[in-house]
Amino acid sequence: MSSTPLLKISELSVGYPSRAGTTRALDRVSLDLSPGEFLGIVGESGSGKTQLLLAMLGLNAQGAQLAGSISYRGHELVGASQRTLASVRGRRIGMIFQDPMTALNPYLTVGTQVTEGLRLHQKLGRKAAWRRAIELLEAVQIPEPERRLGQHPHELSGGMRQRIVIAMALICEPDILLADEPTTALDVTVQAQILALLRELRTRTRAAIVLVTHDLGVIAEVADRVLVMYAGRVVEQAGVEELFSSARHPYTLGLRRSIAELDGPLPERLPSIGGNPPNPAALPAGCAFAPRCAQAFERCLGTPPPLVSVAPGHARACYFEGKLEVSAP
Amino acid sequence: MTQPPARTPWQQVRAQLYQRPLALSALLVLVAIILVALLGPLFSSYNFATPSWNEIYQAPSLRHWLGTDALGRDQLVRILWGCRISLLVGVAASLVSVIIGVLWGATAGYAGGTADSMMMRFVDILYTVPFIPLVIVMTVLFGRNFLLVFVAIGAVSWLDIARIVRGQTLSLKQREFIEAARALGVRTPTMIIRHLVPNLIGVVIIYATLTVPTVILFEAFLSFLGLGVHAPLASLGSLVSDGADHLQSQPYLLTAPAVLLALIIACFSYLGDGLRDALDPRAHH
Amino acid sequence: MSAAALEVRDLTVRFALAGGRHRVLQAVTNVGFTLPRGETLGIVGESGSGKSTIARALLRLVPASAGVARFRGVDLLALEHEPLRAMREHLQIIFQDPLASLDPRMRVAQIIEEPLLEFRPRLNAQARRTLVLAMMERVGLLHSHLNRYPHEFSGGQAQRIGIARALMLEPELLVCDEPISALDVSIKSQIANLLKDLQKQLHLSVLFIAHDLAAVRFSCERVLVLYLGRVMEIAPRDALFSAPHHPYTRALLQSVPIPDPRRARARGGAPLGGEIPSPLAPPSGCVFRTRCPIAEARCAEQVPELRTVGDSKVACHRAGEPGLNL
Repeated sequence: MSSTPLLKISELSVGYPSRAGTTRALDRVSLDLSPGEFLGIVGESGSGKTQLLLAMLGLNAQGAQLAGSISYRGHELVGASQRTLASVRGRRIGMIFQDPMTALNPYLTVGTQVTEGLRLHQKLGRKAAWRRAIELLEAVQIPEPERRLGQHPHELSGGMRQRIVIAMALICEPDILLADEPTTALDVTVQAQILALLRELRTRTRAAIVLVTHDLGVIAEVADRVLVMYAGRVVEQAGVEELFSSARHPYTLGLRRSIAELDGPLPERLPSIGGNPPNPAALPAGCAFAPRCAQAFERCLGTPPPLVSVAPGHARACYFEGKLEVSAP
Repeated sequence: MTQPPARTPWQQVRAQLYQRPLALSALLVLVAIILVALLGPLFSSYNFATPSWNEIYQAPSLRHWLGTDALGRDQLVRILWGCRISLLVGVAASLVSVIIGVLWGATAGYAGGTADSMMMRFVDILYTVPFIPLVIVMTVLFGRNFLLVFVAIGAVSWLDIARIVRGQTLSLKQREFIEAARALGVRTPTMIIRHLVPNLIGVVIIYATLTVPTVILFEAFLSFLGLGVHAPLASLGSLVSDGADHLQSQPYLLTAPAVLLALIIACFSYLGDGLRDALDPRAHH
Repeated sequence: MSAAALEVRDLTVRFALAGGRHRVLQAVTNVGFTLPRGETLGIVGESGSGKSTIARALLRLVPASAGVARFRGVDLLALEHEPLRAMREHLQIIFQDPLASLDPRMRVAQIIEEPLLEFRPRLNAQARRTLVLAMMERVGLLHSHLNRYPHEFSGGQAQRIGIARALMLEPELLVCDEPISALDVSIKSQIANLLKDLQKQLHLSVLFIAHDLAAVRFSCERVLVLYLGRVMEIAPRDALFSAPHHPYTRALLQSVPIPDPRRARARGGAPLGGEIPSPLAPPSGCVFRTRCPIAEARCAEQVPELRTVGDSKVACHRAGEPGLNL
């Protein structure tokens, strides 16, 4: 897409200083998001993926130190005032969290929570807000929306709750929808429904969606472009088809190959990545993936590899130039 | 993978305490008091019990730093002895009540059902027993006895701990590692000793630390009523009681023991609070 | 001695709920299966399927309301207290949340040797230590891990500790309750490989409970599909994954994301609609009928029997119907 990026993140770093040193949750992450684009971010624990989303909304925990720039439609969000952030949050950028049960207030009815957002951001009166709420619930395919508005979160199933959360994120018709592992806590059949819903919403509303997940299958189903994160850094970035067919980073490749499949030949052993996920408080010098990498050599232990373009729209952060192998331990 | 060196729970607690100056100061003050109380009398030429009739009611001076009492005994030495007695009663009675309370509460909590109901009803019944009349009755029956004070206090203070431990056990019981132990066939007594008690220690230490001042105060109260330690032994409470009789004429007889008593109680309380924060695993993340 | 390590018939687990209204939660209803010796049987299902309840009922961690589980010649569900305890030596479990299943106040050495303390009281500390170290090596833990505490480990390592503990007594049957679901993606395959290796080395019979179908395909020779506490289909692995007979099995397989963008987007078909009904009020007849694309009138009237169709057993009135297009 040649349109100007909706969101431009440059060299974003997030650190948490403590007496024992600074824990670096994000290290010089850059990305561009175009309108209507579906960006998938893949990462495991310690990858910084959640911190990235929180940084976009200025919601990092107290004590977080941000450096770099997050520019939304030209407005700088890093270091912005609470007023600026509050006007962006919810109105221009919506967020869906992983666990709908904790995102919803158990004491308030669904109706109260949905309309609260409407009345706050769009200044609608009670009746108008109620009508709009019903429209929103229909938009996320909740049957009998009037009845649901009167219910409390615990009366609804997990899938239904997640739809409510999505509806609430859509209230102000945001340009960008952030989703942090939105289907991880759901059953696989419900996950399929929610993913279909997200695809449909994207087509209908032209909002850009940033979906963070650890599940490569989910990425394959919905994303246009993918960012792979490891230990707070972007290690690979490419269009989704390119990423799956020609991954160029050992971590991406290792991850892809270690996933068991539903069909195809059955391996005796699953190729797997050895070692353990990184500890953000104690990262090695050099490439954070080196301790687990079959291709690691001396250079990898020195300085972390920069993100370098290897094909149009495809960049990776790795010093290794040869053919990638994934060794089974 | 490089891992930070193993830290025992105790090392973690120590580290946490270092971050809490109030609790740390309280601990240091207590240690200082204990040392002085234990070692102080050895350096004094005065005996806490021997009367000295020509020195009665002397105000604080260079000879007697805190003055003398009605029998001419050096107040400083008597206060240090009183301190020893109060701390001894406080710590020992707390220890006894903690042990009983933990075993009772953990067993009731883990066993559940009828056993739990019966054990906790027993606790409820004991709660209703009026403490002071009981001690008076026991004094009448068995005479004034130092051991009696122990027993009386211990018999009552284990109740709170039992209740708290039972509550903690009920929530511990739901944890998956307890389920894993059951799947291993671990029997109930072993379960309590091996799995429950170590995971209760945190709570227990906190409440034990907070029980000590309560016990000391109890004992002081008993002494104040004339039911506690008997002459020539003194506890801070009995000293306060004696001192209160002379408030107008010899205020120094009341001030010193009262201040020391208050200080000890305050220190234990601050220490207990600090330990509670230090031992709460969630507070650190 | 039969070739089956475990034979379960009509296992039913009901929970009476607190609060005056006499509500009963039907977690598991009439589940039966056979686990051949030395094999792995996968039990798959979504939430409310009762799969974890089955694991706990077999280990007598929750009481079963009815049914028989024949293991080593006796009915596990009918054993009295002492014989049950003795039987635990041969029947072990690993849990979904590896860190939660380890006592946070115990060191790794103590955690792994606990089974020895319970069942091999004659061993002295030295002998126990030797066995513990051998097992740690087997599961990929280092000697330096002996004196550490659970919270110092990652999820994958903690699961290795749990596995070591479960295998110390060389049990005949190992129940794995979602052993890899809580692990990071890059670690799942490590642990899946480890379990497969250990099963071969120790001739274990394994019950592999999971919701991740692909993992089950890798790890199991036979698969049982559960929905709302009832068996929908039992089949050998290849038959289940290439030619599922039950509409729920098909829907399940269709819903799993394909880690290949081209194929994922080429796959047509709408996802299975509706939601899992409440176990407090299961639908009459076939419990899947409320979401089933081919449900008929009789599905509401009659609970379908588990019938043999080819190599599989299917609980569907319409299974095996010629020309059935799902």
